[in-house]
Amino acid sequence: MYQYDTIDQTFVQQRVAQFRDQVSRRLAGELAEDEFKPLRLLNGLYLQLHAYMLRVAIPYGVLSARQLRALAHVARRYDRGYGHFTTRQNIQFNWIKLAEAPDALADLAAVGIHGIQTSGNTIRNVTTDELAGVAPDEIEDPRPWCELIRQWSTLHPEFSFLPRKFKIAVTGSPHDRAAVRVHDIGLRMHRNPAGEVGFEVLVGGGLGRTPLIGKTIKPFLPKRDLLSYLEAVLRTYNLAGRRDNIYKARIKILVHDIGADAMAERVEAEWAQLRDGALVVADADIARLAAAFAPAPYAPRSPRSEAVEHARLTDAAFGRWLKRNVFAHKVAGYAAVKLSLKPIDGPPGDATADQMDAVADLAERYGFGEIRVSHEQNLVLPDVALDDLPALWRALDALGLATPNIGLVSDIIACPGLDYCGLATARSIPVAQHLTRRFEDIARAHDIGKLHINISGCINACGHHHVGHIGLLGVDKNGAEHYQITLGGRADEHAALGKLLGPAVPYDGVVDAVERIVETYVRLRQDGEIFVDTVKRVGPTPFKEAVYVAA
Amino acid sequence: MSLLKDGALAQDPWVAVADDAPLPEDGAPIVSLARWQRDRAALRARNGALGVRLPNAAPVAAIADDLDRLTLVALEFPKFNDGRAFSQARQLRERYRYTGELRATGQVLRDQLLFMTRCGFDAFEVAKGDPVSAWANALTDFTVFYQPTGDGRPTAAALRRAGG
Ligand code: SF4
Repeated sequence: MYQYDTIDQTFVQQRVAQFRDQVSRRLAGELAEDEFKPLRLLNGLYLQLHAYMLRVAIPYGVLSARQLRALAHVARRYDRGYGHFTTRQNIQFNWIKLAEAPDALADLAAVGIHGIQTSGNTIRNVTTDELAGVAPDEIEDPRPWCELIRQWSTLHPEFSFLPRKFKIAVTGSPHDRAAVRVHDIGLRMHRNPAGEVGFEVLVGGGLGRTPLIGKTIKPFLPKRDLLSYLEAVLRTYNLAGRRDNIYKARIKILVHDIGADAMAERVEAEWAQLRDGALVVADADIARLAAAFAPAPYAPRSPRSEAVEHARLTDAAFGRWLKRNVFAHKVAGYAAVKLSLKPIDGPPGDATADQMDAVADLAERYGFGEIRVSHEQNLVLPDVALDDLPALWRALDALGLATPNIGLVSDIIACPGLDYCGLATARSIPVAQHLTRRFEDIARAHDIGKLHINISGCINACGHHHVGHIGLLGVDKNGAEHYQITLGGRADEHAALGKLLGPAVPYDGVVDAVERIVETYVRLRQDGEIFVDTVKRVGPTPFKEAVYVAA
Repeated sequence: MSLLKDGALAQDPWVAVADDAPLPEDGAPIVSLARWQRDRAALRARNGALGVRLPNAAPVAAIADDLDRLTLVALEFPKFNDGRAFSQARQLRERYRYTGELRATGQVLRDQLLFMTRCGFDAFEVAKGDPVSAWANALTDFTVFYQPTGDGRPTAAALRRAGG
C-alpha cells in the first residue's frame, strides 16, 4: 500500500501545526466561533449534539496495521474507547475535546492520516471498492488512481470553497462495490474496443434531499487525462453551481438543470484548455503509485484447502461464516474476509479500541498488514490464506467480529441519527439494533438471503436509504418519530432509487413492518431470487398490503 | 480596507469610480464591468492605468480581449466561502496569460491567502487592523503543494521526479 514519503509527512505535520495555532487562537478568544468554524471543519472537526466529533479520512478505505493501532490509540486516549466507521470509509470519534483535537491529529499524522477535507465544501475523501486489488473480476486496481486523486485534491487552492461538498468514487470492477452512480463524480474503469483501459465518467449522482443517479458525460477517458478532466468538471461546477440555496448547490442540481449533454459540452470546452497542460498524468508518476500497490508477496498455494473443507463439514457455524463473510480472491489459495461490525444488538459500524488493536494484529498474522474499510461499515482482511481461515474465524469469533451476516438482513447501514447528530429528526441506531434482534436467528437470515437495509435519521440521507433494498427514513409526524419505507433501491451497477411504499410508520411499528415485508418476499420469491429482484418482479402491491392492510 | 501587496501594507493608488461618476483626469480608476462594456472604446483610448472589477458571476471571457490594456483586474469574494473567483483567477493567469495586478476584494481571510496566491492573486484588500505579520505567516504554513497551478511552485510530484 501507499506509504507517506518525507514530502507527504512534511505536509501533514505542517497541517497539524497550522490547526494547533488556529485552535489556540480560538481558545484564547482571538477567533470567534463563526470564524473558527470553517477552519475546524476543514480539519474534520464538527460540533455535534453533545461534543466535538472528529472525522478522520481513511483514503479509499485502505489502512495499515500501524494506522489502525493509531486509530485505536485515539479512541482510547481522546475518546471513550471506540470509533464509528462510516459509509464513506471514514472513522468518527464522537467525544473529542477541542483542546485535545490537535494532539489527536498529531498522533494520527505520525502514521500518515488526518482529517483534512472530511467536511466543508471541498473534495472529500475519495472512495473505492473495498476489494480493490484482490477482486477476481477486477479490470485494473483503482487504488493508484485513487491515490493520484487524493494528492491532487488535497488542499486544492481553487476548489476549497466549492458551492457544496464533492464526492468522488472509483471502481475498477464491472461489479460496482463503490456505488459510483450515486456520487458527484463516479469513475468506472473499463476497456474500450481497442483494449485500452480508461474511465467512464459519470456526474451528478447523489442522495440527500434530491436523490439522482449519475449521468455519463464521458464514455471513455484515457487514463493520462484523468486529472485534467476532473479539474475541468470541478471548475465548471465551481463557476456555475448554485450558491443561493444550500439544498440546490450540489453538482447534481446543475447537471439536472442544464442537462447531461450541456454539462458534457461545458466540461469539454474547459477541458480543451487544460488537457495538454501540467496535469497530464506522467507515466513515471503513475508507475510510482502503481508500484506502491504492487501485489503482495503471495505464496503459491492450492486453490483448495483441506483445513477449510474439514472445518466446513464439521462446524455449521464456520460454514455459515465461510459462505457469507469470505470472498473470492484473484490469487489461488487466498480469500478476502469481511469482519462484521454488525453484531446482533450492536450499533452498526462501531469498533472498540481493543477490537481495532486485535484486528491490526490479525492483519499482520493472517495477511500482509493491511485492513480495508467498506462503505457498508465493515472491515476487511484482504489477503488471508485459505488454510488460515479456521484459525482466523476462531480469533474473530472471540472478538465478536465473526457474525456471519455480511450482505444479510442484519448487516444494516445506519447513520448516527438522533443519538449523536444535530440534524437528526429520528433515531437510526436503536432501529438497527431492534432489527438485528428481530432477525437474530442466523439460519433464518441465511434463508432470507441478500438483503440490504439502510437507515437515515433525516432527509440528508447519510444512511443512503434511497439505495437500500429496504430504506428507512426517519421523519417527524406530530412530534413523534416515524419512518418512511422505500423498497427496491440498490447502489451497485444496476443502481436504482427505492420507491416509497406508503405512509410513514411509527417507531414502535417499524420493526414489524420490515418483518412483514421480508415475510412477503419469502412467500413470493421464486427460485434463487434475491429480495430486490422479487420487488422488481411483483411490484409494491403485495408489500403494501402486508404493511398497511394487515396492520 | 488596507491593501496588502508583496507581503506588506501598501498605498493604494487606485480609485473605484462609480458607473455614473465622471472619470478622473489622471490617476488609476477601477470601473465596473458594466461601465467597461459601455464606455470601452473611450476607456481604451485613455492614457494611463486602467482597472476593471469583474463580478464573480461573469465569465472571464468578457474581458479577455482587453487584458492587454488592463493594468488591474479586481475579483470579488462577496463571502469568504463563495469561491468562484479562485477559478476566475486561474483562468485569467493561466489561460489568458494576464500579467497585471490581480486583486482579491470582499471578504478576504488570512487563512485563504495561500490559496489565493496559488491561484494568481497578488494584491489583497483586507480588513483594517489585521496584523501584517500574521498574513505573512499564512504564506509560510506550507512548503508542500500537490497541484500544479500558474504560480510555479514545484509540486510534490515534480519534487519526486527530480529526486529520482
Ligand atoms: S442522515 Fe441526518 S441524522 Fe443521519 S447523520 Fe445524516 S444528517 Fe445526521
